[in-house]
Amino acid sequence: MVFPAGVLTDAIWAPILGGFLVLAVGDRNGRLARWLALAVSLLTFVLTIPLLTRFNTHTAAMQFVERIPWIPALHIHYHLGIDGISLWFILLTSFLTVLVVVASWTSIQKRVAQYLAAFLIMDGLMIGVFCALDAILFYVFWEAMLIPMFLIIGVWGGARRVYATIKFFLYTFLGSVLMLVALLYLYFQSGHSFDLLTYQETPLGLGPQIWIFLAFLMAFAVKIPMWPVHTWLPDAHVEAPTGGSVILAAVMLKMGAYGFLRLSLPITPDASHHLAWLMILLSLVAIVYIALVAIVQQDMKKLIAYSSIAHMGFVTLGLFVFTATAMEGSILQMLSHGFISAAMFLCVGVLYDRMHTRDIHAYGGVASVMPVFATLMMVFAMGNVGLPGTSGFVGEFMVVLGTYPEHPWAAILAATGLVTGAAYTLWLFKRVIFGAVFRPEVALLKDLNGREVLVLGSLAVLTLLMGVWPAPFLDIVHQSVHHLLGQAAVSKIPG
Amino acid sequence: MWLTDWLNGLPPMWIYLLIPLAPLAGALVAGLGGWALRGKAHRAPIAGVTVAFLLSLYVLYRVMHGITYYGDVYTWGILGHLRVSVGFDIDSLTAVMLVVVTFVSLCVHVYTIGYMHGDPGYARFFSYIALFTFSMLMLVMANSFLQLFFGWEAVGLVSYLLIGFWFARESANQASLKAFIVNRVGDFGFLVGIAAIYHYCGSLDYRTVFARIPDLAGQTFSLVPGHPWSVLTWIAILLFVGAMGKSAQVPLHVWLPESMEGPTPISALIHAATMVTAGIFMVARMSAIYEQSATALTVILLVGAITALFMGLVGLVQNDIKRIIAYSTLSQLGYMTAALGVSAFSAAIFHLMTHAFFKALLFLAAGSVIHAMANEQDIRKMGGLRRYMPVTYVTFLIGSLALAGIPPLAGFFSKDLIIEAVSASQLPGARLAECMLVAGALVTGLYTFRMFFLVFHGRPRMDEQTRSHLHESPWVITVPLAVLAVPAVASGWIFFSPVGLGHFLASSLTIRPSLNSVAEAAAQWHGSMAAFVADGLGGWTFWLAVLGIALAFYFYVLRDGLPASLQTILAPAVWILRWKYGFDAFNQAVLVRGVLLLGRRFWHWGDEKVIDGLVVNGTAQGVGRAALSWRRLQTGYIYHYAFVMIIGLILFMTYFMIWRG
Repeated sequence: MVFPAGVLTDAIWAPILGGFLVLAVGDRNGRLARWLALAVSLLTFVLTIPLLTRFNTHTAAMQFVERIPWIPALHIHYHLGIDGISLWFILLTSFLTVLVVVASWTSIQKRVAQYLAAFLIMDGLMIGVFCALDAILFYVFWEAMLIPMFLIIGVWGGARRVYATIKFFLYTFLGSVLMLVALLYLYFQSGHSFDLLTYQETPLGLGPQIWIFLAFLMAFAVKIPMWPVHTWLPDAHVEAPTGGSVILAAVMLKMGAYGFLRLSLPITPDASHHLAWLMILLSLVAIVYIALVAIVQQDMKKLIAYSSIAHMGFVTLGLFVFTATAMEGSILQMLSHGFISAAMFLCVGVLYDRMHTRDIHAYGGVASVMPVFATLMMVFAMGNVGLPGTSGFVGEFMVVLGTYPEHPWAAILAATGLVTGAAYTLWLFKRVIFGAVFRPEVALLKDLNGREVLVLGSLAVLTLLMGVWPAPFLDIVHQSVHHLLGQAAVSKIPG
Repeated sequence: MWLTDWLNGLPPMWIYLLIPLAPLAGALVAGLGGWALRGKAHRAPIAGVTVAFLLSLYVLYRVMHGITYYGDVYTWGILGHLRVSVGFDIDSLTAVMLVVVTFVSLCVHVYTIGYMHGDPGYARFFSYIALFTFSMLMLVMANSFLQLFFGWEAVGLVSYLLIGFWFARESANQASLKAFIVNRVGDFGFLVGIAAIYHYCGSLDYRTVFARIPDLAGQTFSLVPGHPWSVLTWIAILLFVGAMGKSAQVPLHVWLPESMEGPTPISALIHAATMVTAGIFMVARMSAIYEQSATALTVILLVGAITALFMGLVGLVQNDIKRIIAYSTLSQLGYMTAALGVSAFSAAIFHLMTHAFFKALLFLAAGSVIHAMANEQDIRKMGGLRRYMPVTYVTFLIGSLALAGIPPLAGFFSKDLIIEAVSASQLPGARLAECMLVAGALVTGLYTFRMFFLVFHGRPRMDEQTRSHLHESPWVITVPLAVLAVPAVASGWIFFSPVGLGHFLASSLTIRPSLNSVAEAAAQWHGSMAAFVADGLGGWTFWLAVLGIALAFYFYVLRDGLPASLQTILAPAVWILRWKYGFDAFNQAVLVRGVLLLGRRFWHWGDEKVIDGLVVNGTAQGVGRAALSWRRLQTGYIYHYAFVMIIGLILFMTYFMIWRG
């Protein structure tokens, strides 16, 4: 092996190499490509499990650290490590990749090997983002993971896929370039280091901090996405194939919030406090404005895409009120959204595979012919609504609780999500799942097969488990969040 | 006795855990195995609820002997620095609620065997009502705001599922959606209230919170700068907004009449006896908070009194048998709420209890009627049913008399006690509330017996085919009716002093001596029930109820042409009542349409025209115009972009290498 066989290295490179292997198998043997992709994704998931079992919850220090020089002339290191903030996202990524491979078993017939290879390579690259502790390494993973996603939307997408891909490309690329500029500035300020942990210790004046914060904001706000740079998301989701939507919503959107946690808050703490009002304002716009937009959508995927933006509003709100409860709530909200949005897009995929339309009005009465599907989708709908007992509740509850002491108005406005979330989710449910069957196509629908039950059932179990007993999820993040809040509370302005 | 010995030997936690978990297990068996069980799907839920009922009786027995419990089952999570647990608070209030909930639930479960027989959703129905019982039990047993909120939302979910049980019906889906969203409006207040409690008390655990409450008295905060508000009034009113949703108080009452789209057994269980009383229970549970805010109490008193009178009036013009009872439920919930407003928590719980019995009885008897009438619910098409359905007739009569407040039936004691308490209260607005509540007694008698006489007396008005099929319902339906009739008759005088006057409940409630209206009222008749009854028989309330019944008899039995001519004379009033004061029209025209309009405006103008049209595409076009040559790069082939990106990355890296190196 060329690479040191650290746990994180294995988790990053196993799927990437496996992806190329699947590519080598080629499309002619679709069956082999599928089984191989499943094996690789399962192997990756298994490789990430020791991260959880061997994780030390009593420290905020980076764990499983690997650090070797990469480009010594520039002090660029191959530097990996995780803490309580990144751990869950790595597991989420590797787990969802397995589900995506299983879910696209029959629905993808065109260029199967390339499709699956793209997901496997993306799996490794996304894990890389969550592990990277070197700025250049982080940036490389950050940009590289977009390439498979462009391909997935652009090749396997819907009718307007070119427009959607270009929009996605322009938005995210413009944002990331500014992040690169900020990272380069920090390189010089920190005395020629690309080490993210060193950046966290580098003193910076308020002016530079604000510029760096805004540069990061461009990159992260687009990814999350925050209002008003969100309009690429509904288009991208609508055109993406189911698997693409799942990964996009469940993992990629989290990258932006992860960026705030790993870069913005510890590197520019004074600017974060200084501009917290802006972040809170934008978050509330997402929760209130976007929820209203979601209500009137006619396309199932668009509706869920807008609902994602509204849910991510809770995440960004929780990050910028600087209380432990709210910040932990944000992280749990991200994780929960990873389960629920993935499941919602998979549910739409199940219907789309059968009916080839995402138009809400084309459905009605699905519960009569697909009772198992309707039951599972009800679990996810309730999660989306934030019902206690589902994972969707935990994050929103903690964010509202943690926000109230600092900004009661923000908490009150955020709590309106309780009403609007119920309105768009259950109205969707009513029109698609309930009602009389009035279309012959719907009457012929077949209920879930075993493979689909496995995929949706596993997500339903996670949604309920985290709702009933979030303690183990929270235990992982406590130390890291307290440490981060400590960092964010100390001014870095020199003198 | 060996059984009690054995139970006493168990760790108490097991008993408490088993109470909610037994129905949950029943729900899971019926839900997951329903496809195999089919007609036997009721067995597991009924077994589960029976276990819960018997254990609830045992818990009541223990609490009567002073054995209460307060403890955690498991740590739900550590939120920031705060440990939040799931646990139980077993005291007299909980014990009473446990018995009422499981008793009515059990009756409804048995009744459902007959009522839902042959329905394709038989197993699903049993799964839902057992799940409901679990949720309601978690709610009443909670020892923290987290678990209270869990139960609160979970009963809302099951209510939503059951209102829309016949999901192929558009009206049922509309009603269930409305119920959920209106409840969510209440829950919005409830959630903010919990957040405020977390902020000011630093805990979500009942005991810790209640211990901190007295320290907060007099503390103010400013949500709007320059307007200091009392912290406790703010919290109390926010929580009450939640109660207004769940217990259907004006103006959040609009969902309850439409919830009648659901099958009748759940109208009895959820929308009359148990879930809708969750708000009443919650306020009584939080008496330590409410006693600190006279402002909040006044609001509650007036909201309750308004609901009691004005919703009862709407009941006068309804023709659907279930909707009449639904409006009557709204009105009776108003009486309970008004009792809470004058700190007569025990009287509110007393009425909650008697109402649970007689209203469940009325609903189930109405279901028996609907069943016999082949799903006809319009009372104008009924009449003369007493000859065909003797058991239903007698039980319905008992329920009606109890509802109208005729002694010695249960409703007389609880309703009269509430009115006595309100008249003893010194809160501002208490006199007005008293007038409304007393007038409500006349209305109650009138609408109840209008329904009763139109259904059971007079000439049969149904078509011949329906009439030939009229029959008494099977025993699984009539036995629960008979069982429920017993407490509808007797629970009033039996529980008058322990529950009504609060002798048993006192340990669970916090009442300031200066506000204790029940004690003041009781002082007039020296706590003696005989004096109370004598007082009641000489009072306005009783005679107005009798007048109501007499008027109903005159209008609908003796002179049955009269109502039609009265309606033309009173046309404007009838129109307002039929229009239901315009709440639905307002919600539809202003709120629903407003939200949809706003959503479309934001979408088409904000997202599409401004952000995408001007900024995103505008920038792209501007750039395109400025440098036409760039356009050639936009080939539209995705691999070109990908290729360019990778080249770009490599160039970046190379550039830095050379530049630095």
